[in-house]
Amino acid sequence: MAETAYLPGLAIRDADSPDSPRHSAVVRITHWITALSFVGLLYSGIAILIAHPRLYWGDTGAVGTPSLIDLPIPFMIGHSGWGRYLHFLSAWVCVLAGLVYALYGLLSRHFGKNLLPAKGDLAWGRIWRMVWRDMQLKRPSEEEALTYNVLQRLAYLAVVFVLFPLIILSGLAMSPAIASVVPVLRSAFGGQQSARTIHFFVALALVLFLCVHIAMVWLAGFTDRVRAMITGYNAARRERS
Amino acid sequence: MSDRLSRRKLMTTGLVAAAGATGLGIAARLADRYGLIPPDDGGIYGVGETITYATQRVLVGRHSMAREFTRSDVSKIAPVKGPPPEDETYHRLLAGGFADWRLKIDGLVARPTFLSLAELMRFPSENHVYHQACEEGWSFIAEWTGVPLSYVLNLVGVLPQAKYVVFYGFDTNFDAADKQTIRGKWNSIDMADAWHPQTLLAYGMNGQELPTPHGAPLRLRLPRQLGGKSTKYLALITLTDTVKDIGKGYGAGGTERGFSWYAGI
Repeated sequence: MAETAYLPGLAIRDADSPDSPRHSAVVRITHWITALSFVGLLYSGIAILIAHPRLYWGDTGAVGTPSLIDLPIPFMIGHSGWGRYLHFLSAWVCVLAGLVYALYGLLSRHFGKNLLPAKGDLAWGRIWRMVWRDMQLKRPSEEEALTYNVLQRLAYLAVVFVLFPLIILSGLAMSPAIASVVPVLRSAFGGQQSARTIHFFVALALVLFLCVHIAMVWLAGFTDRVRAMITGYNAARRERS
Repeated sequence: MSDRLSRRKLMTTGLVAAAGATGLGIAARLADRYGLIPPDDGGIYGVGETITYATQRVLVGRHSMAREFTRSDVSKIAPVKGPPPEDETYHRLLAGGFADWRLKIDGLVARPTFLSLAELMRFPSENHVYHQACEEGWSFIAEWTGVPLSYVLNLVGVLPQAKYVVFYGFDTNFDAADKQTIRGKWNSIDMADAWHPQTLLAYGMNGQELPTPHGAPLRLRLPRQLGGKSTKYLALITLTDTVKDIGKGYGAGGTERGFSWYAGI
């Protein structure tokens, strides 16, 4: 389907600026590295969680003490050894890719140009109309694929500047060595068990984002959008000499 | 694209790659010299482990302190992991109130020493109330009474080439002549943790004698790492410059079963 899709509007745009890609190389590379590391983090995170699928609040928590949430799965020990190795390896990959992305985003003004919504777009009426349209699963026009709409901008900003910093900090707050250097980090989350609980819920929010993200990519034309994130261009480029 | 440009690109790439490889080589040498490479540095997981350990050793410093809680924070429930040793000698010593128990300290020390429980208790004792988390996810706060490991290390005189302190409990075959045949929950820590002022050889817990399931008569307490590093039922402490010749060479029995050696995270 996508191989034969010919997009007139896009072709004109493409011809205007043949070498300006939809997504810059740094965004594309860090996107896929982050995606890969997130799979590793999620998979290993589940392996760690199932050793003790209970969430607590405060400094301490164990079987026999009051819990906040008992996840409806059995205790499965024996996976947290490799789980922790994979989790921290993936975390390093994710954090380093994130650092490159954040530096690039600031220096190239990617955040300001592509992610910060225009003031006029932040009106509730406009936002609500976009949500309503997305809920009806209407495919966006091809012109819209040339930029991010306000919902995308808000979602990406929340992921980049709220969820990822939160999940990194709550993870660090659980580390006994880091907590000895920066005690305020652990106490800011309300203790080691609170940090673990927050870490879980932020992970859940990221998974939710991932589901909506993939659904919207699907809606907008999976092959084309994924191609744009790999090659940088929305449609297959015509050969140019 | 012209030939010249691609050749220039190729040369630049080659130079960058060569500089990168040399840089990595130098970094690896420096890291080894300053003790930034953990014993489980092999394989793909070893890469992440080495970055974590090296970063923490550089950033955490030797004297960052785990939070000291107060007695009123002590948890009512202090879970334990695993049963006490089945070893016959251990049960004989336990029945005798550990009167015949001796802690052996050997290896790279000036004065290899045997210490009885009574002798350990005569040393200056300290109380610490700190948090302990298991890698599984649960945690508790308890008060521990004991002698700082640093006090005992000063007593036996650590030789300058020592890099690790290795702990063997009664749940290991600690008396094996060939340390490559070692089994069980032996563990090791680096000198930064060994000299740390909160690292304790504990014989008391929550104002009582150390309960058997918590590691009687003596256990390590290492508040800047996860609970599994705090070896229980101690019988032997060895100072060494390498852990490569102990067991499979990963620095801990648990690491042979897939758990990372450094547990500061």
